[in-house]
Amino acid sequence: MMNRELNRIAANIPPSGIRKFFDIVTTMEDAISLGVGEPDFDTPWHIREEGIYSLERGRTFYTSNAGLVELRQEICKYLKRRFDLDYHYDTEIAVTVGGSEGIDATLRTILNPGDEVLVPEPSFVCYKPCVSLSGGIPVPIALKVENEFRLTRAEVEEHLTEKTKAIILSFPNNPTGAIMTREDLQAIADVAIEKDLIVISDEIYAELTYGEEHVSIATLAGMRERTIVVSGFSKAYAMTGWRIGYVVAPAHFIDVLKIIHQYAIMCSPTTSQYAALEAAKNGDKDIEEMKGAYDQRRRLMVEYLNNMGLECFEPQGAFYVFPSIQSTGLTSEEFATQLLKSKKVAVVPGTAFGESGEGFIRCSYAYSVDELKIALERIEEFVAEIKENKSK
Amino acid sequence: MKEQLLYALENHSKRTVKDLAAMFGTSEDVISEELTQMEKERIICGYHALINWDKTNTDKVTALIEVRVTPQRGEGFDKIARRIYMFEEVKSVYLMSGGFDLTVIIEGATMKEVALFVGQKLAPLESVLSTATHFVLKKYKDYGVIFEEERKDERMAVTP
Repeated sequence: MMNRELNRIAANIPPSGIRKFFDIVTTMEDAISLGVGEPDFDTPWHIREEGIYSLERGRTFYTSNAGLVELRQEICKYLKRRFDLDYHYDTEIAVTVGGSEGIDATLRTILNPGDEVLVPEPSFVCYKPCVSLSGGIPVPIALKVENEFRLTRAEVEEHLTEKTKAIILSFPNNPTGAIMTREDLQAIADVAIEKDLIVISDEIYAELTYGEEHVSIATLAGMRERTIVVSGFSKAYAMTGWRIGYVVAPAHFIDVLKIIHQYAIMCSPTTSQYAALEAAKNGDKDIEEMKGAYDQRRRLMVEYLNNMGLECFEPQGAFYVFPSIQSTGLTSEEFATQLLKSKKVAVVPGTAFGESGEGFIRCSYAYSVDELKIALERIEEFVAEIKENKSK
Repeated sequence: MKEQLLYALENHSKRTVKDLAAMFGTSEDVISEELTQMEKERIICGYHALINWDKTNTDKVTALIEVRVTPQRGEGFDKIARRIYMFEEVKSVYLMSGGFDLTVIIEGATMKEVALFVGQKLAPLESVLSTATHFVLKKYKDYGVIFEEERKDERMAVTP
């Protein structure tokens, strides 16, 4: 073997805490999983059908680097219609390979070696590695359950240094289901403006809020110029496998981002772009239907989990509940491992999303009510057995 | 909530009151009350199982019959429609726009049985001008449910 040193940063990134569970679950035959981070719905047929049609028409070419003009126009209209976001299709948007590429490209756009990025946790697994791979330094902020896992101004201030360049906001949040209201965001906007920070707002779950409407921080006064919004089609339209996301931001950000995207990716898959075009144009109704179903399951989960003694605050976004398992006396990882082994139910330990996830597990409700009920019954048995053993 | 409750039941009429209460964030009493009220008002007209009879040994044929009728003074189509839908063999009756007036859906054990019903009961009715019988050969999808498709969760079991 050649004895050459590989990229130090990449080689030193620890393996994902999720991988381990995935490996065990796949060896079990009748395991039920609440571990999935994607919708259970198929992409609505009219959207799939547009993808098929684009293939039939032989549209198998590259598109422009930033994405099909029609798609960019339609996304901009959609963002205006749904979230009151104003971006120009020609200069202020790039279509990416899922939100994930959007996050990576955004970080590579703004970071220089040594720049610090505030990463509130628990949160999606890619932020810290992507910051590191871009030469930046991730600075985790441990969010607290007593704040329902919302970010506060004080928490931001505690972690500021002169090297702080940006802050990543991901609300509605995976894994906690937390959201940030306009007032919550205003407090963060104030400090961002005061300290001249860039805000990267990952709004992939924006369509999935229950009760409160989603507010984008980019719509607050003085924030548009310093906010980069990353989103995509995966969660709202059940289009995860199509890999279509986008980044919207003022032109000076997008100009540089497009350079990175152009050389790394060239363009997003063309078939997927045509399908996404149909989704953005005619998919509002699909979103409402799926959201209605998630909302019912969400309430069912919260009710059942609280009743069995796994306390959870009411998540107002995404499709996850994040119950505390502290009453069992187990760590998150012990709980998840034992639950999987004894009851064959897979959940994800909170620690997979940052150290501050200790004491919690993530349960996805992107499953049918019938599946959820079987899983909940088994979790209830498991919790009861632990409590019995403890009292012996 | 009423409408949402109906949508929830339309696809899963077996949901328990307990689960519905949890799903709608309310009490079991409220759900029971709501259901009873809607049953009374005939908004909910029944709770049915959707069965793919082709998979059983029961012989069943379904026919769709286009019926042209003469509407009656003062009664319109309602009176003749009633004459038709009161027959037990008739599963559905719809008043239509377009080339004919009533769609009548009939179920019988055999084609012959259905044909006899049309010939002996339906066609001779005074206001019936003509009938055209079409037999259903295969049901692919009924009431929004695809019969043959097997649903399998092919997602990876654990993803971020």
